[in-house]
Amino acid sequence: MRRSKFTAALGVAAAVAVLGACSTDDTVNDSDDPSGDGGETTSSEEWFVQADYDEQDAQRDATFEGPAEEPWLQYIDGEMTDTSAFATKDPQKVCFSNASISNPWRQTGWITMNQQLEVLVENNVISEMETRDADDDDNTQIADIDYFIAEGNCDVFIISPNSTAAMTPAVERACETGKPVIVFDRGVETDCATTFIHPIGGYAWGIDTAEYLIENLEEGDKVVALRILPGVDVLETRWAAAEKLFDEAGIEAVDYFTGADPAEIKKIMTDELTKGDVHGVWMDAGDGAVAAIEAFEDQGVDYPVMTGEDEMSFLRKWEETGLNGLAPVYSNFQWRTPLLAIEKIVNGEEIPAEWVLPQIPITEDERSDYLEANDGMPDGHYAKFGGEDLPGYPEVWQDRIIP
Amino acid sequence: MTSLSTLDPERSARPPLRAHQSGLMGRAAAAASTPGGAIFLLVGVLLVATIVANPNFGDPGVLIRFLGRTAPIAIAAIGQYFVIVAGEFDLSMAAVVSMQVVLAGNLIGDDPGRVIPVMCLMLVLGALIGVLNGLGTTVLLVPSFIVTLGMMLALNGIVDYVTGGAAAGNPVDEFREIGRGTIEDVPVVDVIPYPLIILTVIAVAAVWLMRRPFGRSLIAAGDNPAAARVAGGSLVWLKMRAFVLSSLSATVAGILLVGYAGVHPSVGQGYEFAAITAVVLGGVLLGGGRGWVLSAAAGAFALELLFTLLTALGIESTWRDTVQGVIIIVAVALAGRAWQAGRRPSRSARRAEASTDSSTGSSIQPPSPGTTTGDS
Amino acid sequence: MTAIDAPRTRQSRRLTSTGIVYLVLLFTIILGTILTAAHGRSFFSTGNISAILTFTSVLGFIAIGQTLVILVGSLDLSVPFVVSLSSVVAGGVMAGQSGQVAPAVLAVIALSAGIGLVNGLVVSRLRVHGFVATLGMALIISGYLATNYQGSHGSAPRSFRLVGATQIGPIPVSTLIMLGCAFLAIVVLRRTRTGHHIYAVGGNNEVARLSGVHTAVPVCVAHVLCSVLCGLAGLLLLARLSVGSPTIGSQGGYDLMSIAAVVLGGTLLAGGKGNITGTLGGVAIFAVMDQVMSVIEVESFLQDVVRGLVIVLAVAVYARRDIERRPAPFERPTGLDAALQEAR
Repeated sequence: MRRSKFTAALGVAAAVAVLGACSTDDTVNDSDDPSGDGGETTSSEEWFVQADYDEQDAQRDATFEGPAEEPWLQYIDGEMTDTSAFATKDPQKVCFSNASISNPWRQTGWITMNQQLEVLVENNVISEMETRDADDDDNTQIADIDYFIAEGNCDVFIISPNSTAAMTPAVERACETGKPVIVFDRGVETDCATTFIHPIGGYAWGIDTAEYLIENLEEGDKVVALRILPGVDVLETRWAAAEKLFDEAGIEAVDYFTGADPAEIKKIMTDELTKGDVHGVWMDAGDGAVAAIEAFEDQGVDYPVMTGEDEMSFLRKWEETGLNGLAPVYSNFQWRTPLLAIEKIVNGEEIPAEWVLPQIPITEDERSDYLEANDGMPDGHYAKFGGEDLPGYPEVWQDRIIP
Repeated sequence: MTSLSTLDPERSARPPLRAHQSGLMGRAAAAASTPGGAIFLLVGVLLVATIVANPNFGDPGVLIRFLGRTAPIAIAAIGQYFVIVAGEFDLSMAAVVSMQVVLAGNLIGDDPGRVIPVMCLMLVLGALIGVLNGLGTTVLLVPSFIVTLGMMLALNGIVDYVTGGAAAGNPVDEFREIGRGTIEDVPVVDVIPYPLIILTVIAVAAVWLMRRPFGRSLIAAGDNPAAARVAGGSLVWLKMRAFVLSSLSATVAGILLVGYAGVHPSVGQGYEFAAITAVVLGGVLLGGGRGWVLSAAAGAFALELLFTLLTALGIESTWRDTVQGVIIIVAVALAGRAWQAGRRPSRSARRAEASTDSSTGSSIQPPSPGTTTGDS
Repeated sequence: MTAIDAPRTRQSRRLTSTGIVYLVLLFTIILGTILTAAHGRSFFSTGNISAILTFTSVLGFIAIGQTLVILVGSLDLSVPFVVSLSSVVAGGVMAGQSGQVAPAVLAVIALSAGIGLVNGLVVSRLRVHGFVATLGMALIISGYLATNYQGSHGSAPRSFRLVGATQIGPIPVSTLIMLGCAFLAIVVLRRTRTGHHIYAVGGNNEVARLSGVHTAVPVCVAHVLCSVLCGLAGLLLLARLSVGSPTIGSQGGYDLMSIAAVVLGGTLLAGGKGNITGTLGGVAIFAVMDQVMSVIEVESFLQDVVRGLVIVLAVAVYARRDIERRPAPFERPTGLDAALQEAR
């Protein structure tokens, strides 16, 4: 017994020693500890960064450079990256580290990206694109990027990060290879990338939607906010902005996490409706919007003022019910831009260091145009997918075959 | 052998079994003290608490609609009951629900004529999955946890692959009426939702089924598989039927959910854990051999009431999980103690037996109601 | 005794389930090599091996812990949340300062040991089935994390991050630490009385109790060790991500994957039979499978189908066989013998 106890103690000591022994150099890093310790602080306080909020608020009215009929190429003028060093005639091998294709928005974008790829392969800009799908796992995506660096023989990196802080070191390692690195959708905490492509952002979404609801409601009205998941920064910033505005306008807003499960959404709405009147519905993503609307129908009460998203299911239900609504967008066409950026890079053209794409909600007037244009598309398709001029339109998106 | 033998002439002179002595109220009270019965008390407590927190909830119209929307998970819990009482697990339920929901959306589309054929196809596929689960467990001898886990992964993958991750759209209204429709203009309660009717039919059928030899054998198999095998009868066929019932109930839940929630691949997510939680709350023992089917359904209602109560109280939605976790542990711990206490005679009962039962030295206590074979 | 001895010597020639697992692993590697080569890459390149071994590190810690828990007849579904909680707690305590590494590690070990102790007590004293007890604990921790952490939290100093990043050739240091923990776990199982009691309680709780074993002790030890190993996995993930993340555990699906790896490795889900070496083989099979499917760019939805089929079929292969029995109580093998016994 003594021996085994001794062995066990030795083992634990060894383990701790091994773990502790790694700290050889004593450089103290900046502790960026943004969130405090637990406590009862409202969740969105920690996400709210006034400077970003103001910036995005201004960008909503900014002028965009580039052709209006090709919004995926438009950008806000600002600091440009000089890419003349990368100019080449050789077709590029692209390595794409994708966070996942686990929701309809990402699936639609992925299909669009592949159709764009076809065009560029035909034009010999790109030789092939190798993709690794991280299935929503930070750890896997870090390994994917490291694998690409070691084995991928990549000429260009495209990264759609799963989360901001966790992916930063991996993106920095990609930058260190000296090859162009394109980050899009969610960002990272470094600006070493050649370009960071994204629509204006979550605060703008929150401002657009909250302002619409506030305009159409009165002080003291109730809004139910349906949120998908906690902790995703592109979603948290949306709610952070909206909550602030609701608060200032005297609108009573209560939020729930739904996991995008329509049954959950309907239950929560029904429960809220039995508690009292609900005048407005705010969603941080359009998935499951139909279930929320149906809850009102089943209860036999008036439709709310509602903001959803440019997902076809919401647009169709919106038209069918004639409710007062707005469809904010998180421009799905941004999935085209990274590949087109590569085209510019190999031509040595300068591109924006931070490529901010337009983010324009769909209003009631525009709705019928978008519905007509996307007539045969499945419910999970996104109206602003930007692929109308790509090969395979419309069958590829209608059949929704994941490449 | 002694006084308990049927040949003993003194038997007729013995006092009636303690279990049969008390009147209806006594027996009801005794039943309520078992885990299978206690869940109904819990449901009552939660119901009262919810109405207190949100008086609108006490409105009969609201209540009946609540029962209707809980029908899918209650049906799933009944299906999971068959599997758990036989000593197995069915983790593939959520995947089956999701698959059926997406099938309905994609195959029915806008054509009302397709409703019946597609529904038949869904039931056939559901049964097939149950058969595969059963075969894996009984013929391949892979633990059901693993078989159904593998089935869950495979089904989710196939469904996502075929649909490209998003469904085509909601099927035609006729099909959705099953899950969404109601009988209108009913006195007092205002409406009776179809799902509630379907749940009632299924519950009655389940109770009937458990009284049949199939049900008895299922419990025996869960209690002591070796003895059940030795006693004759095919364990393979028995467990296969349990898995088929489980998958079919997931299918029915899927059909109802299409109506209630619409078509979306994430409908039904988490159903397997919710169903197992409901069954366990209802006092059914994991590992099999004990429990009452209606308690499993009651467990589902308790769970839903708990969530509604939390919403009514305005508790931050992120704490829901924690409350659920605490309730599960406490409920199952209490249930476990109660099942064990039921087996051992209480001291006072033993003394009473010893004094009245003068002809024997035996202090064997007849089992209290509800602790034997899931008698209904 | 001789009658019992004789079959055992004959048995040593038969392939135990652990042997079969490693055969399956070998087969998977061969298949992987062929597929990778067909895609124009080498399976045995540094990058490929490193990716595979990195996968095994995190899942390995958790699977070793899960083995101990399953051996004792219980189950642990709270693993993903213990991992997440460890990463955020450690990240918060470290806050980017290398002087805080040791306190953070100790805090995590203490916290996870506490959680494991609660799990063990609920299972053994309150007599709640492991599935339910740990499901409840998982939900409790999940609610706590969702309420108090809305995104990444804290940060790891560069010195700590080296643990996740250093490699000796193609082998990451984290894999070596994981293998070290595996070795310790094997020693605990084979050389200590508690280890033997784990097998006894898992094999037949009643008989063990009647034989004089305090059944609560092995159960609690198994759960504590499992949760501590999950804490280590959380630390590793903190090192790799450089920040704590409240969702990192659930992102990896570690609960069901670790159980699958353990069962794949030949351990009986009912408890009492099995070993750590087999589990490592199971983890390695998943790692190779995942990496090969990613390299040949199998669509992510189909990868799930393959995983599901492999789990069921691989377990079916040896589910009918006798699983290797635990070592006889009167043998006192040397360390080498213990290792060979594990591998047999």
